[in-house]
Amino acid sequence: MDETRITGMPPVEETAVPGADEIVLNMGPQHPSTHGVLRVKLRLDGEKIEGSECFIGYLHRGVEKIAEHRTYQQFAPYVDRMDYVAAVSNGLGYCEAVERLLGAEAPPRARVVRTILTELQRIASHLLWLGTHALDIGALTPVFYCLREREEILKIFEKYCGARLTTHAFRIGGLQYETYDGFEHDVKRFCDDFASKVDEYEQLLTGNRIWVGRTKGIGLLNSEQAIALGVTGPPLRASGVKWDIRKAMPYAAYDQYEFEIPTGKNGDTYDRYLVRMEEMRQSRRICLQAIENIPAGPIMAKVGKVLKPPPGEVYHAIEAPKGEIGYYVVSDGTTQPYRVRVRPPSFINLQALDTMVRGHLVADVVAIIGTLDIVLGEVDR
Amino acid sequence: MKRFRQRFGEAIREAWLDRKQAMLVVDAAQFQAIALYARDDEKFNLLSDLTAVDWPKREKRFEVVLQLYSFAKNERLRLKCAAGEREAVPSVTGVWPAANWMERECYDMFGIVFEGHPDLKRILLPDEWQGYPLRKDYDILQQDEAWVRENLGIESGQ
Repeated sequence: MDETRITGMPPVEETAVPGADEIVLNMGPQHPSTHGVLRVKLRLDGEKIEGSECFIGYLHRGVEKIAEHRTYQQFAPYVDRMDYVAAVSNGLGYCEAVERLLGAEAPPRARVVRTILTELQRIASHLLWLGTHALDIGALTPVFYCLREREEILKIFEKYCGARLTTHAFRIGGLQYETYDGFEHDVKRFCDDFASKVDEYEQLLTGNRIWVGRTKGIGLLNSEQAIALGVTGPPLRASGVKWDIRKAMPYAAYDQYEFEIPTGKNGDTYDRYLVRMEEMRQSRRICLQAIENIPAGPIMAKVGKVLKPPPGEVYHAIEAPKGEIGYYVVSDGTTQPYRVRVRPPSFINLQALDTMVRGHLVADVVAIIGTLDIVLGEVDR
Repeated sequence: MKRFRQRFGEAIREAWLDRKQAMLVVDAAQFQAIALYARDDEKFNLLSDLTAVDWPKREKRFEVVLQLYSFAKNERLRLKCAAGEREAVPSVTGVWPAANWMERECYDMFGIVFEGHPDLKRILLPDEWQGYPLRKDYDILQQDEAWVRENLGIESGQ
C-alpha cells in the first residue's frame, strides 16, 4: 500500500503525476496555532493541500460518562471545563436544559442577569479569538488590546461569582448569587468604553492590506456546504445563512431585546472576521438594553434541593459564541441523569476543516483553524 | 408526524411529544428512506446531533438518536432507531455529511456499527483501545489497562 495514503480519505482528484510529488506533513499536536492539541495530517503537492485529516481526542476526559455518575447539580461545574473560554454559555445551556426537563423556569430577574453575563462572555470569547487569530496570521498588536478588554469582563465575572474562567455562574433554577453593588455600573462602563475599542481593532485590521490578503478568499464555505456539514454559529452566518438561535428559538431573556444578526456573503475567513466583529457590537447593544431594566424579584425558582426530573428527555440548544451548543438530557426519574449528550459546536465545525483547506497553501491552514474558533477542550470533551 | 405516518405506515413505530418536543421511533430497515424524506420533503436540512443511548435491559439495547432542524419551518425533530448489540444501523452520512464524525464518535463510545459509513473508526479514543466507555456495563473506573501500560508506561491512569 502506498505509504503516503491517508487512511479513510475520500478519494481526491488525481493529480497530473499521481503520488509522485506528494508528501504527508503532520501539523501538531504540539503546534502553537492549533490552540491546544490538534493534529492535522496534510497531504501536500508542493505547498498545495490536496487533503487533510484531523486527529483529535488528546483532551478526552469522558465528560458524558462522568455525568451519569453525578447528580444534576454536581455535573453543572463540569460543563464549564469543555469550552473553557466561554464557560458561562456552557453553563446556561446545561441549566436551561435541566430546567426544561423539570418543567421549571428561572425567574425574570435571573433570566436578565443570565443574558447580560452570557453576552459579556460572548464578547470575551470573540476577543480571545480575535487576538489569537490575528497573532497566528502575523499581526502582533491586536492580542494586547483584546486581552486588555477581556480582562475587564473577567473582572466583572470575578466580582460576581469569584471565578474568572470556569465560573459556574448559574444554578439550575436561577442564580446562586445576587448581583453585587455596582454591577450595572461596571457593565455600563465597560460597554461605554468598548464601542470605540471595536472600532480601534477594525482600524488595525479591516483595511490592512496584509490582513485582507491573508483572509479574503481563504477557506471558502458556501451556505449549502455549511448546512450539509452541520456548521453553526459565526461560520454559518458568514456563509450567508441568517440564523441565530437567540432569534429563532429565544431563550433566557433574548426575546425582550433588539439586535441584528450580522451575515456575510462569501463565506471566507474575512467575512467570518467581519461577522464576529459585528456580533461583539450587537452583544454590547444587548447588554446596554438589559442593564437599563433588570427586574426586581427572586433569583431562584422553587426547584427543591434534590432534583428528580420526571422520566423523559429533552434537547435544548443555545447560541454559544462558537455555534449551537446542545444538551440532550435523558432522565430515568432518579437524581442522576441517565444520559447527557453534549452537542459541541467546535467538534462539528472542525469537521468542515477538510473542505475548507483543500487547494490552499500550508500557511492558510493556520488562518483557517483560527477562523473556525475551536477550543480543543470542547472538541474532545 | 401525520405525514410521516401516511408515507411510511408501519415503519414509524411510535410518535409522541415529550415536553413539547416531537420524536419518531423508526424502523431500521426504512431508516435511510425516512431520513431522505425528512431532509428533502420535510426540509429538515440540518443534522444538529447524532448520538446513542444504552438501555441494557431492552431487547434491542441501543437507541440511536438524531436531532434534526429545519430552517424553513424553524422546527426540531428527533428521530430514533433501535439497534441490538450486534446489529448494524444504516449510516446517514449520505443524507447529512455532518453525520460522519458523529457516527464515528457513536461507534467509539458504544460500538454501534454504521453500515455504509465511509471510514468507521475510533475518533476520540486511541485506535487500539478495547471496550466502549459509554455502555452502561463499562464501569466509570474501568479502562484498557493493557493499552495504558504499553503506551503510557504506567500501571494505571487513575
